[in-house]
Amino acid sequence: MLREKIIEALQTVKDPEIDSVSIIELGMIEELEIHQDGVLIKLLPTFMGCPALDIIKNNVVKAVSSVDGVDRVDVKFIFHPPWTSDRVTDLGREKLKEFGIAPPPRHIEETGEWQADCPYCGSTYTTMENLFGPTACRSILYCKSCKNPFEAMKPVSTLM
Amino acid sequence: MKYELEDALKNEALRDAAVELLFQLADDDFMIAYRGSEWLGLAPHIEEDVAFSSISQDTMGHAAMFYQLLSDLGAGDPDQLAHARPAAERKNASLLEKVNGPGTYLTEPHYDWAFTIVRNYFYAQAKKVKMESLKNTSYQPLAEAAVKINMELYYHLLHWKTWFSQLVSAGGEARTRMETAMEKVFDDLEGLFSMGSHGDEITKHNLIDSEETLRTKWIQMMSPVFESLELKMPDQFRMKSGNGRNGEHTSDLKAALDTLGEVYNFDPAASW
Repeated sequence: MLREKIIEALQTVKDPEIDSVSIIELGMIEELEIHQDGVLIKLLPTFMGCPALDIIKNNVVKAVSSVDGVDRVDVKFIFHPPWTSDRVTDLGREKLKEFGIAPPPRHIEETGEWQADCPYCGSTYTTMENLFGPTACRSILYCKSCKNPFEAMKPVSTLM
Repeated sequence: MKYELEDALKNEALRDAAVELLFQLADDDFMIAYRGSEWLGLAPHIEEDVAFSSISQDTMGHAAMFYQLLSDLGAGDPDQLAHARPAAERKNASLLEKVNGPGTYLTEPHYDWAFTIVRNYFYAQAKKVKMESLKNTSYQPLAEAAVKINMELYYHLLHWKTWFSQLVSAGGEARTRMETAMEKVFDDLEGLFSMGSHGDEITKHNLIDSEETLRTKWIQMMSPVFESLELKMPDQFRMKSGNGRNGEHTSDLKAALDTLGEVYNFDPAASW
């Protein structure tokens, strides 16, 4: 089936900065429309200022164009529904950990505080070093158990 | 009544009002993001350098989103809108174009951190009030953008509020400098809430709450912070440097646009 082949191709498109995680696992794919004259893929951007968006778009076009039976690929970024960190799949969360990034916390206190477990040793004994990290979607934390600095994907929710 | 893009393209009065508002939103974010990016490498410590550049990058992303919405409404190419419009056509509040302090990025940058904190905090709160209002705007594409922007803004506001509270409550020189910075910001804060000479058309089409409602909400959000820090809010905010929504700007804007657009203007047709 064409749809399955396209999804297989999309699975090869990774986050340019976290190359263990695909855009499917990040929950960025909202719609896949197969028309007679081509394929339209609607993606949800994670963070608006993310400089990787253009790279992701080009990589999607490249990957899907190579599928037999696809003539034309269009990629469109849409904002509705908004991407939230709940969209990261369970597999995506595991793969983030493998890369040394704590998956986005599922629970946020009323004060806005949140905690992430260390992706290396699993300890909850961690502290926030900087809410802002090397990319818009990540924060920098420190594990007091295994003494490793690590990053966590920020929680983003429409409830904030 | 909710309008989609097709509705706005058919209804000229609605389209013009939406374009007017979008220019104000886009130019505000564009300018403050630029002023923020000028702090790169100069912020008080490395964590702040990381945080501030991330915030500025996000904010520039929001500006790009607004310029794209403008482009969808037939206002022109987003890059051209961002880089090539002269100062007189800019709709940003004048407060946001002011230099960070004396000197330039490369030569003797004596930038004022207190002014930066106050300006960014007050701006982030005003933007938050606007985004909350825009979630219910009559123009559906803008409502969707507001939901998205609001989630990222949450972190910006938290960041600036933390700096603000800590520096003010530190007392001594920190508090004095923050108070001086606040006077300067209040002198032009009204420009953030103004919608300029086309304000009536913007509110008539239910695109956003009135200036007064936005200002009142801002005061409501800020009052507990001011009270807890024993700070006094002036009875009235002012627009000393002119109303940017009507194209009244300081010479700082022209200088900023010349710097910002230097590469673009060198070869506007270049591909990136």
